[in-house]
Amino acid sequence: MELVVARPEGLYCPPGDFYIDPWRQVERAVITHGHGDHARTGHSHYLAAAAGEGILRKRLGEDINLLTLEYGEVINHHGVKLSLHPAGHVLGSAQVRLEYKGEVWVASGDYKVEPDGTCAPFESVRCHTFITESTFGLPIYKWQPQGEIFADINQWWQSNADNNRASVLFCYSFGKAQRLLSGLNPHIGPILVHGAVEPLNKVYREAGVNLPATQYVSEMQDKSQIGKSIVLAPPSAQGTHWIKRFGDYSDAFASGWMQLRGTRRRRGVDRGFIMSDHADWPGLQTAIQATGAERVFVTHGQVHPMVRWLCEQGLDAQGFVTEYGEEAAEAETDLSPESSESSQMTETALPPEAGLPPETEGSEQMNIAKATV
Amino acid sequence: MKAFADLYSRLDATTSSNAKLAALRDYFLLASPADAAWAVYFLAGGRPRQLVPTKLLRELTLTVASLPEWLFEESYHSVGDLAETMALLLPESAHTSEEGLATWIENKLLPLRGLAPDVLTLQLTPLLQQLDQRSKLVCIKLITGSFRVGVSKLLVTRALSAVAEIDAKRIAQRLVGYTDLSARPTAEHYLRLIAPLNEEGDERSEGQPYPFFLAHPLQLPTDEFETAIGSPQDWLVEWKWDGIRAQLVKRDGQLWVWSRGEELVTDRFPELNVLAEALPDGTVIDGELVVWKHAPAPDVEVDPEKIKDQIADQPAPQRTQGQVQPFALLQQRIGRKTLTAKILENLPVVILAYDLLEWQGEDWREQPQSARRAQLEKVVLTCDRPQLQLSPLVTGNSWQDLDRQREASRSLGVEGFMLKRKDAQYGIGRTKDVGVWWKWKIEPYTADAVLIYAQTGHGRRASLYTDYTFAVWDSAQGNPDRKLVPFAKAYSGLTDAEMREVDAIIRKTTVEKFGPVRSVKPTLVFELGFEGISLSGRHKSGIAVRFPRMLRWRQDKPVAEADTLQTLQALLPQVSRPEPKEEAALP
Repeated sequence: MELVVARPEGLYCPPGDFYIDPWRQVERAVITHGHGDHARTGHSHYLAAAAGEGILRKRLGEDINLLTLEYGEVINHHGVKLSLHPAGHVLGSAQVRLEYKGEVWVASGDYKVEPDGTCAPFESVRCHTFITESTFGLPIYKWQPQGEIFADINQWWQSNADNNRASVLFCYSFGKAQRLLSGLNPHIGPILVHGAVEPLNKVYREAGVNLPATQYVSEMQDKSQIGKSIVLAPPSAQGTHWIKRFGDYSDAFASGWMQLRGTRRRRGVDRGFIMSDHADWPGLQTAIQATGAERVFVTHGQVHPMVRWLCEQGLDAQGFVTEYGEEAAEAETDLSPESSESSQMTETALPPEAGLPPETEGSEQMNIAKATV
Repeated sequence: MKAFADLYSRLDATTSSNAKLAALRDYFLLASPADAAWAVYFLAGGRPRQLVPTKLLRELTLTVASLPEWLFEESYHSVGDLAETMALLLPESAHTSEEGLATWIENKLLPLRGLAPDVLTLQLTPLLQQLDQRSKLVCIKLITGSFRVGVSKLLVTRALSAVAEIDAKRIAQRLVGYTDLSARPTAEHYLRLIAPLNEEGDERSEGQPYPFFLAHPLQLPTDEFETAIGSPQDWLVEWKWDGIRAQLVKRDGQLWVWSRGEELVTDRFPELNVLAEALPDGTVIDGELVVWKHAPAPDVEVDPEKIKDQIADQPAPQRTQGQVQPFALLQQRIGRKTLTAKILENLPVVILAYDLLEWQGEDWREQPQSARRAQLEKVVLTCDRPQLQLSPLVTGNSWQDLDRQREASRSLGVEGFMLKRKDAQYGIGRTKDVGVWWKWKIEPYTADAVLIYAQTGHGRRASLYTDYTFAVWDSAQGNPDRKLVPFAKAYSGLTDAEMREVDAIIRKTTVEKFGPVRSVKPTLVFELGFEGISLSGRHKSGIAVRFPRMLRWRQDKPVAEADTLQTLQALLPQVSRPEPKEEAALP
């Protein structure tokens, strides 16, 4: 029995008659987390983890028809036992466990295996079929432990502060910004935030996550402290009028895409900190293995390599066509090219010559050329 | 190695010249002279021959990381840089070797060259395990000869100048030819680079050339020339040759030929050796190496003055005896490992001389251009060898007049004009402080073409679709069966923002994927510029173009209105040049 199938509206559970993170408006939607490509407006009923309620209401509207579950709490819907389990991605993120007639499926949404202190840590759930993401599904993606990254970031901030230069750290406003805040050393200087970041800080704080004090630059009493400060801003703020007030600042970008020298340089920032809220290649492998699943569906990111790799490891793996990953593309703008591509294209064997199509000597066109000259 | 890898990271992390300069200075102040010698060599563009075949490095990576080959390829497509892919895939090492760059290069890496594959793998694997990821990346780049880090030679010069507290021009002088060293760079070489200013004379020893003076493009409407750069009377005007810039150095009875890349190329052009006898010691000439079709030898000896009169009415490049041949022919010669007698006979080179840098052992670079030219004319006349010719001057009453003469450029096989101010000194590199050279190039050919294939780029364009194949229609509008035929690949000319936009469109309009290449629905039209056009049997369109690049994105133009093959064919030279291959094969 297929507990989840891909439909044009989104991933659908036939026996339960509900969708998981649908991208079109539906009657019943189970939401894994609050990022825009997973949580969309307009559904009639929402079900999500209690820890993510604040985020969902902030982003989708206070008045959405939302039912919440504590992690691990089970409800029964049309005979399908449904429970939510921490995915370690952002505050309130959940994997969806479905059990029906002894069959167990888990849809992971987006996940990260390393605990980070700003959300409940990833929990491995045993299942027969696992639906995984594959945003960083290539072996080139291997993350350093978070402590080392924070040490690098604080050191960068400190050395800028010593030279009286503001440190502008670009990051995605929801999730990444709060995780970064949790690791900053507030003794170095003031922590300033962009208007897109602070409302989410508030939600995190209300949910009991301990974040250092932050302020808007407009609230700053002593402007001479700007050179000592670190500024957290979304990537869209790069090059805006707002950012100019920090003068001759040093800038950095925090994202998993910074792993590659090419994307780092294309960003045009002084530093790239490799920090992602997705699992790296080893993380994906251990997570998939720990579920004990024999069947795996891959939803987004590096779908093709992950499917092939898992098949070669003896699993029954295939791709699901979804529209996830688009928000990541928006948030990291040009950094995530693979995520915005059309899923409709076909894979074909290699042509005889890469870059130029097959060419034959003395083709018809060639004859025309010769005749005219 | 770690210090050098740290330097690489610092240089790579910034786009600011001052920050790079500071990083270089910090490195040179702390590095041992032996390490610094190698650092200068690599940073200034030196490349040792490949030490380890790339294929072997790939295999080693697959084995050590236990990955299938296809996954390596997938990774490589995302990274867009082979050395970086390998560094990312090889397991992380906890510690890194503190041994210096020189030790690594001389004792560990150079001895790898020429080893049998199995021995090589055995030796290289533990070496790479001694390095952390950043050092590994740098090390692999050094091994594969793909080390580049966005540092100009000028910047290295400035850093050394700061370290040595010596004028940068003097450092530039000492640095000429440094990367060509057939000997390995040693501590002694480095110490000589930064030595205090007291050993004059030493600097012009042996075949050492001068730093080349480089031209700047002049991109102004002709009627603004007068206001911008004054009257044509103040300028020497020459044709801009399409060859290889070279310096001839004659000292101590010996001749050296240096390319613009500061590579010693004497051996490649044996026919120039006759100049060793004909030129006096202490002569350095700057000019252009071109393949030359010599005019039939005159039966009787002719007074050169008379020839001058006779040929004054001919188009200028023909005033010299013979004619310059297309660059493609010169390329054939450069490509050859051995020069057969046949090649030397069919593709003879000459130097078209246009400047005199040293005469009778004196540095003439501070003399005005006009004086250098006058003396050069005497030198060439006295030398009297067909291998050394004067690059002729072109004269005109006004810039408009010269502009009209410039129209002949294409048919003469030149790229336009060079303008050299008569009172200019010979500067260093792209300096403008002691005089200036302008290149006044002809407009490129253009065509509106359709993007039909795209491939991901490398380096900072990794995993972005930035390398494109362009096509034109094979017949005019109205023919329902007409097809797009590819004729050029181009990857430069777009801004970063345009590149991202085009990348997004390519992803949305993909028809098929072939590994890193995608075919797309034809929706994008670009105006392409190119320098030359010729018949070609290699391309489906039957046409090959030289230096194609995107001039602009024609968002206003529908695909149906892109150019046709007929439009391109009309651009082919009237008297179609035979294909280079055939030409070379002529007896």
